[in-house]
Amino acid sequence: MKHVLAVLVEDKPGVLTRVAGLFSRRGFNIDNIAVGETVSPGISRMTITVEGSETIVEQVVKQLHKLVNVIKVSNLSDEPSVMRELMLIKVNAEVGSRSDIQQIVETFRGKVVDVSPDSMIIEVTGNEDKMEAIKLLLQHHGIKEIVRTGKVALLRGSRITREHQ
Amino acid sequence: MKKKMTKGSAMILSALQKEGVDTIFGYPGGAVLPLYDSLYDSPLRHVLVRHEQAAVHAADGYARVTGKPGVVFATSGPGATNLVTGIANAYMDSVPLVLITGQVPSSFIGTDAFQEADITGITLPVTKHNYLVKNAKQLPSILSEAFYLASTGRRGPVLIDVPKDVFDQEAHFEYSVECEIPGYNPTYNGHAGQISRAIKAIRDANKPVIFGGGGLIRSGASDALKELAEKARIPVILSLMGLGAYPGDRDLFLGMPGMHGSITANYALSEADLIVATGVRFDDRVTGKLDSFANNARIVHIDIDPAEIGKNVKIDVPIVGDVKTVLEAILKKLHPGDTTGWLEQIENWQQQNPMPGAFKGTGSTVKPQYVIRELSRLCGDNSVVATDVGQHQMWTAQHFIIREPQTFITSGGLGTMGYGFPASIGAKIAAPGKRVVCITGDGSFQMNIQELATAVNNRLDITIAIINNSYLGMVRQWQDIFYDKRYAHPLLEGNPDFVRLAEAFGAKGMRARNEQEATEAIEQAIGEKGPVVIDFVVEPEENVYPMVAPNRPINDIIIGGDRS
Ligand SMILES: Cc1ncc(C[n+]2csc(CCOP(=O)(O)OP(=O)(O)O)c2C)c(N)n1
Ligand SMILES: [Mg+2]
Repeated sequence: MKHVLAVLVEDKPGVLTRVAGLFSRRGFNIDNIAVGETVSPGISRMTITVEGSETIVEQVVKQLHKLVNVIKVSNLSDEPSVMRELMLIKVNAEVGSRSDIQQIVETFRGKVVDVSPDSMIIEVTGNEDKMEAIKLLLQHHGIKEIVRTGKVALLRGSRITREHQ
Repeated sequence: MKKKMTKGSAMILSALQKEGVDTIFGYPGGAVLPLYDSLYDSPLRHVLVRHEQAAVHAADGYARVTGKPGVVFATSGPGATNLVTGIANAYMDSVPLVLITGQVPSSFIGTDAFQEADITGITLPVTKHNYLVKNAKQLPSILSEAFYLASTGRRGPVLIDVPKDVFDQEAHFEYSVECEIPGYNPTYNGHAGQISRAIKAIRDANKPVIFGGGGLIRSGASDALKELAEKARIPVILSLMGLGAYPGDRDLFLGMPGMHGSITANYALSEADLIVATGVRFDDRVTGKLDSFANNARIVHIDIDPAEIGKNVKIDVPIVGDVKTVLEAILKKLHPGDTTGWLEQIENWQQQNPMPGAFKGTGSTVKPQYVIRELSRLCGDNSVVATDVGQHQMWTAQHFIIREPQTFITSGGLGTMGYGFPASIGAKIAAPGKRVVCITGDGSFQMNIQELATAVNNRLDITIAIINNSYLGMVRQWQDIFYDKRYAHPLLEGNPDFVRLAEAFGAKGMRARNEQEATEAIEQAIGEKGPVVIDFVVEPEENVYPMVAPNRPINDIIIGGDRS
């Protein structure tokens, strides 16, 4: 199963290496990782998607906690939360296929953000399923390049994940 | 008024003094010259080793005997990389260390400068934490954090890498031993509800055992352990790292479990209905095949490190906390159960499976186990034993009676050949009033033999007992048992004459080839001043038994050996 962890870390040099190193040395699989600032100065938030059984994820969480620069770890998969990822897709778009692509993009509430004589860049946001679906539909036009941000997530409602409760 | 300014290097030395450090194990070089220059005027004792690896092992031995962090200085590049084995060793055995390395000047970092090595990168997976200092202003808080991290929670090594220019930078120095780190809050008091469940489990158990490890020693839980065992009449099993936490000669002590553990300890763990695991981490050398481990038992696991609980073995009552604090809480409300029948059963196992043989040589020869038993008998109380890694280590664990915590020093988790001798140097410096014995192998000793110079130079009274079988004995044993006696390179042909070698270093050398010579040599050596090397030429092809093959259930035991 996939688990999405919100990890609050001190914004210190090497903290990303420490987290990534922990995963590789203990044989845990990172699906993706997204890092950015928080409302508290000096604290960054990592959103890490890991694949593994309950016991493995429990070990991941405990081992992350042991890193001195890690302040808090919560498993957002245990709770109602909003998860999003942004993807940019560069797809072949000859004049004849543009309207078909446009339609797909609209259905997925995506955006065309760049057009050139033979290609388009499309921006989509959403969850995993939506990403896979649009990829599938655009496949036959020929996808030239893809880039994804990795998942980010927040708890639903007014509760927040912060450094001290 | 202008604030008084202090140089980085001077800050480091003042901080060490404020932290109660008295001894530094180190080796100088270009990048730490400013630090050594400040040391010139400092009252701190500096022990010059002959290889940086030995500095870490010596500091580690010092830390295991005193419980205080050991301190190491080394230069950048090769000095720093030479530390790595020692750091990994300390990390695996949770030993508190603070290591200070020099680094190339800040402006050169990242340019492959002369003697540059990314030591914070290299040691990331084997330190509890590490720091690369950017400027002298950071030094007071980093030093204070380093000592705090090394010596609290689950102990471990912390490394501070200091660029050469930072030693010379001046900044305001204000030092506080207390510190707070937002992401670091070890739990010391166990959860009250879980403690009640543990008390109930002990009351209800008919066949309980206590299984303790190095955590007992680090937390100073020996007295609490004795009280628990003796009040509730529960037998005690100790891992290699735990030896000494309970006196090795008391009736309730069943020995070490696992691969070379006692038969009774392995049977007891397999048959128990309750295991009270304290400060242990269920290493594979202890559990054998995991699916078959302790299938009949409920397990209470007390440990300071939450990540150890449930890592290898499923736990029924998890208690995160300091082992001593938790055991004391349990003792307050202890209801002993009835263990009479169980103790009788254990007594039967003990009688049916005594340690094999009397270990008699042929008259002209001596067996390694005999030597270790004689060392144990003659060195007796008030001694600290350090071992290296191999057969001699297992024989020491089996036959040397360890009565007190912090008196048995061995490389458990990493199994580092070359650890024992430098660790014994650290131990002797830490406890000059104790008799220090290093039991080493002819292979292991040669991995840090250069430290004879350090021992001679510091006039350290250490008895170095080489169990000389002319083999990498433990390797030969595995090839004997699992590889059809195809002895691929365990023979130590070309070993030096250890007696003359000792003498060349200015130490005393002796040789013993039979039982009588062995006893006489030990008697003579323990009265000597300075380091004494005894070369015990033992029967070469003796194996360590009992033995559980790797990944077999621990009650599937190869009894082996001479049962006379
Ligand atoms: C640094 C290192 N290299 C290799 C090994 C693998 N190893 C384990 S025991 C052993 C043999 C040790 O020989 P010796 O010190 O003579 O002890 P003996 O087993 O003969 O008592 C070896 C090579 C190790 N533990 N450590
Ligand atoms: Mg040997």
